[in-house]
Parts: sequence; C-alpha cells; structure tokens
Amino acid sequence: MSASVANGSHVNVAAGGTLLEVRSVAKKFGAATVLKNISLDIAAGEFLTLLGESGSGKTTLLRLIAGFEAPTSGEIWMSGQRLDTLPPYRRPVNTVFQHYALFPHMSVQENVAYGLHVKGTAAGEATSRAEEALRMVKMHEFAGARPAKLSGGQQQRVALARALVNRPQLLLLDEPLSALDANLRKQMQSELKSLQRELGITFLFVTHDQEEAMALSDRIALLRGGALEQIASPREIYGHPATAYAAQFIGQTNLLHADVRGGWAVCGALRWPTGEADGPAIFSLRPEVIACARGDEASAGAVAFRGVVRQQLFGGANETLEIACGPEQILRVRIPAAEPLSGEHTFTFFPADAIRVRA
Amino acid sequence: MQAATPSRRQPALSAYAMFVFAFIYLPVVVLIAYSFNRDGVGGFPPRHFTLHWYGQLFGDSAIWDAVLNSLLVAAGSVALALTLGLLAALALDRASFPGKALFRRLVLLPLILPGIITGLSLLMFAVFVNAPLNLLTVFFGHGTALISVATTELFAGLQKLDRAQEEASLDLGATPWQTFWRITLPNLKLSLIAAGLLIFTLSMDEIAVTFFLIGRDNTLPMEIWGRLRQGMTPEINAISTLIFVVSVALISIWYRLRTRTLRDVS
Repeated sequence: MSASVANGSHVNVAAGGTLLEVRSVAKKFGAATVLKNISLDIAAGEFLTLLGESGSGKTTLLRLIAGFEAPTSGEIWMSGQRLDTLPPYRRPVNTVFQHYALFPHMSVQENVAYGLHVKGTAAGEATSRAEEALRMVKMHEFAGARPAKLSGGQQQRVALARALVNRPQLLLLDEPLSALDANLRKQMQSELKSLQRELGITFLFVTHDQEEAMALSDRIALLRGGALEQIASPREIYGHPATAYAAQFIGQTNLLHADVRGGWAVCGALRWPTGEADGPAIFSLRPEVIACARGDEASAGAVAFRGVVRQQLFGGANETLEIACGPEQILRVRIPAAEPLSGEHTFTFFPADAIRVRA
Repeated sequence: MQAATPSRRQPALSAYAMFVFAFIYLPVVVLIAYSFNRDGVGGFPPRHFTLHWYGQLFGDSAIWDAVLNSLLVAAGSVALALTLGLLAALALDRASFPGKALFRRLVLLPLILPGIITGLSLLMFAVFVNAPLNLLTVFFGHGTALISVATTELFAGLQKLDRAQEEASLDLGATPWQTFWRITLPNLKLSLIAAGLLIFTLSMDEIAVTFFLIGRDNTLPMEIWGRLRQGMTPEINAISTLIFVVSVALISIWYRLRTRTLRDVS
C-alpha cells in the first residue's frame, strides 16, 4: 500500500484488484464547486470511508457513484465498465440511506424483496432471498411488520438487508449510523464490520465521525472543501497525517509552528533535532506521545522540557493534561491515569514523534 | 367552532363572531327547518313536522335523473382533473423548463377566474369546433376548470413526499416508470383521495360554468334553479338539505385526509 499519498493520486491497494475508479471527477451546482477534481480507487473487498465535515463533498461523491447526480467533468469506472453514464437502476451498486428511506406502505418483507421484484425475479426465489437477507441482519421475525412500527436500529437493519439482497458488488452507506444513539451505534459498527468481512462486499462508507471511520475502515479518504486531503489506512493517517488539517481532524494533536535551523526545530520553549530543511515548518505532536517524567530524569534520546499543569481531565484509563511550557504556549498531554498533578513537571517526547505536516 | 363559545374576556368579539356565524348559517338552518314543515315555505314559525316533502322528492323522477347526470359529470370530472392535474403537478415539482413560473400561474388561473369567464370561453370553444351542447361539454367544462384544484392539492402532496424513497427505488433497480407506480403514486394516495373528494363536491354544485355548457340534460343544481323560477316548493328544501348533508360529509372527509397527509410527513 503506497502510504502517505495525498491529494488526487491513484492509490494501489495490494489486496484484490481495483473495483471502482473515480477519475478526475468534479461537480458544480450552479456557481458552487462541491467537488474539485477527485481521483481515487477502491479495491475489491475493501472498506473505504469518505470522511469529512459537512460541505466537504463526501455525500455528493457518494451520490455521483450511486447515480443520483451526474459529474460536471471526469469519469467513474467499475470493473472495466463506465458507470457515470448509466442511470442509477442499471448500476451494480446499492445504497443504505441516511434516514433509511424504507417504503412506508410496504411490510419489511416487501421492502426487502422490492429490488428482486422490480427486476422480475421469480416470486419463490425473491421470498427466500429476502428471508435470507433478513436472517442475516436478525430481522426475520419482523418480516410482516410495517417500517413505522420498528425502532431506529431495526429500520437500519432492514435498510441494510434491502440493499444487500441484490448482491451488489459495491455497497454505499450514507452516514447510516448517524441517527442512532451512542450505544446502539457502537453495536451496529461492530456488526457492520463483521457483515462486511463475511460477505466480502466492498463498502464505501460516508461519515463525519472520525472515531467511527478509524474503527471501521481499511482506508480513510479525508475530504476537505471538495478536495482529497489524504487517503491512507487509519493507522497511517493517524500516525503520519499529511497536513495540519488531517492531524487535527483525526484524533487530537498539538500543532507546533516551529522554525528549523541547522538540524534543530524550535517552537517556544521546545527544541528538538530534526532532519527537515531550514525554514518555518509545522509539526504535529500527539498528546499521548508526550510523557510526564517523574523524578526529573528523561529516557535516552528523548527531549525534555518543563511545563506547569494548568488543567487535568480524568478520562478513566487516562488523563488529559493541559500544560503551559512558556508564555502563550499550551500543550495537551495524555498520560495513563495518575494521581492529581499540580505545579511544574518535566515532560518528554521522542523527536521522531514530532511529525512534519503541510499547512 | 371555537369562536362561537362565549369568552369572558372579549364579549364584543364573541358577539361579533356569533353574528357572523348566524349570518352564514341561519339561512341554511331555515332552509332545513322548512323542508320538514307541512305548510310549505310560507308561515312563521314552521310547525307540523312532516317527512311528506321527502316522500314526494323520492318519487320525483326528474330530480333523480338530474342527480344521476350530476354524478356522471362529477365522476368524469374527478378522473379528468386528477389525471391532468397530476401531470401538471409533476411538471411543477420535478421538471425545469422555460416559462415554468408562467405555467404555474396559468394552471392556477381558473381558481381565481370568475366561472362566467371560464364558462363563456368554453362555450365559444364548443361553438367554434361545432360540438353539440350536452353532458359531455359540461364534463369537459368541469374537468378542465377543476384541473387547477387538482394541481394545487397534488403539488402540495408531492412537495411533502420523501424524495429519498424514490431514489431508494431507483437504486434497487426499479425503472422511473416502476418507481412512479410502486412508490410515488401509493405515497400520494391520500392527496389523490382528498383532491378527488374536493373536485367531486365542487362539480356537484357547479352552476356558472354549467350554465353556458348545458344541453337538454339538466344537472342537479340546474334542475333546482329551473324549478325555482316556477316558485319555491318544500321539495326544493328537501333536496337542498340532502345536498348540504352530503357536501358537509365529503368536505369533512377531505379536510381530515388533508390534515393527516400534512401530519404524516412532518
């Protein structure tokens, strides 16, 4: 996997061949440009997440692939077939909608069998496949119920069964968990993930929730203002964010606006060796890579600095500290749960953990 | 009727409201009361309760012919206005075409146009194409004049429709045609019924347009109108009472369906 490739390059994914190719796709609504020249590949069997704030263009990209919108320029290909010129009902993709969009005048069973009926599948086969799909999402006992009688989580499962019954090569999921409460959401996340593994169907998942994206995805495509900010595995994008935006959006970080001179980076009270060229540079320093050194001694190779604990937030397994290490320089530090801290302490980090990011 | 309940705080307003209601409904009450009066429309107060006039009404074949004619015209108008109104509403809701704003106003024009204008223009058209005046011309008159009612109602229904459902249908492999029949239309069911009831009621007691287009076969309002010229009989009161009851029933069903469609989607 070519790792920290950002902004529009094609990405080769080792596992499976390429299923879907988005080639230089742009989308304008009137004068507003919603997507700027996006290119990305999705590998067969992959769980790819489009992550971004509202207005980043993630849902528009999904709708272009589903066929509800046409690209202003660019092409979308799937398994050697051009997709963007086909109407939605001829595309081998299915969608799970944000608010499920179940048909209220049909039973759960009829909802799920709908895709088979309209394609002329024999009634007997349609019934058994619908039942199989409902069993897969543990909703077979509700086959006769109307969608209005179901809870949000149950409707979600039915929507999933309805989209999977057609056995699509690619399943599009448009913020499918956003309407669920926190606990149910966690549970559905894990069920979605295992379902995707079992079926081997490629998932293209849209969310604005970075935790959800990290928990589920093989790769994350981070969108910002209609452009691709970074596309990489969750670990890669967290460990080596390409830009300051990526570093801040995915997880928490300290952005250090440093000045590099003669192999040393300087930012306020902090000074550490670096291989970067001379000049201004931004570094991302995750809160958990900074350690609190009790007894005032630093481990070998680590950079030490003094900081005054300004605030301590207990988070169960860990503590989040806000430390002041100079005038107007506040750093966030995450350490394992400890006793209440106050006053000045020595903090350390390894220079390799300060990741150079683009502005 | 909340306004009719006396309120302690605003006695003047309550009295005014009661006066308005009396002004509207007292004539109807008088009309209904005299349909049960043995001595006909003369004399006050009405006395000697009788169902005689209803009996006479049920034996009056000319009235029932007129009722049948009215029902035929109304049923036809519902079908015509709903079909064309649905197409117009779909165009307004979904299509974008040059002159859409103008089209929208033109479609809704018959709502505000005096019936006499609509009637006269349709009559001139009938004369122009050399069509004989009969129930068919009345049916076309009602049907076209009421398209605007159907369009308004169905457009409101379409606006409330969850478009994601149609997208879901297309996404699952249904063609736009299948989507229309299996998803759009069933979801519009309440709007269609409501619009149909309203059009039916409006057609049943339409006079202005009918007046210009009627041939030999009378509709019910025209029959009543014709008889009134020979003097008022309590039989007219009786048929009017029946019309009133049926109209109120249909309008209340329409109103309830309408509020239900509005509530369902909010």
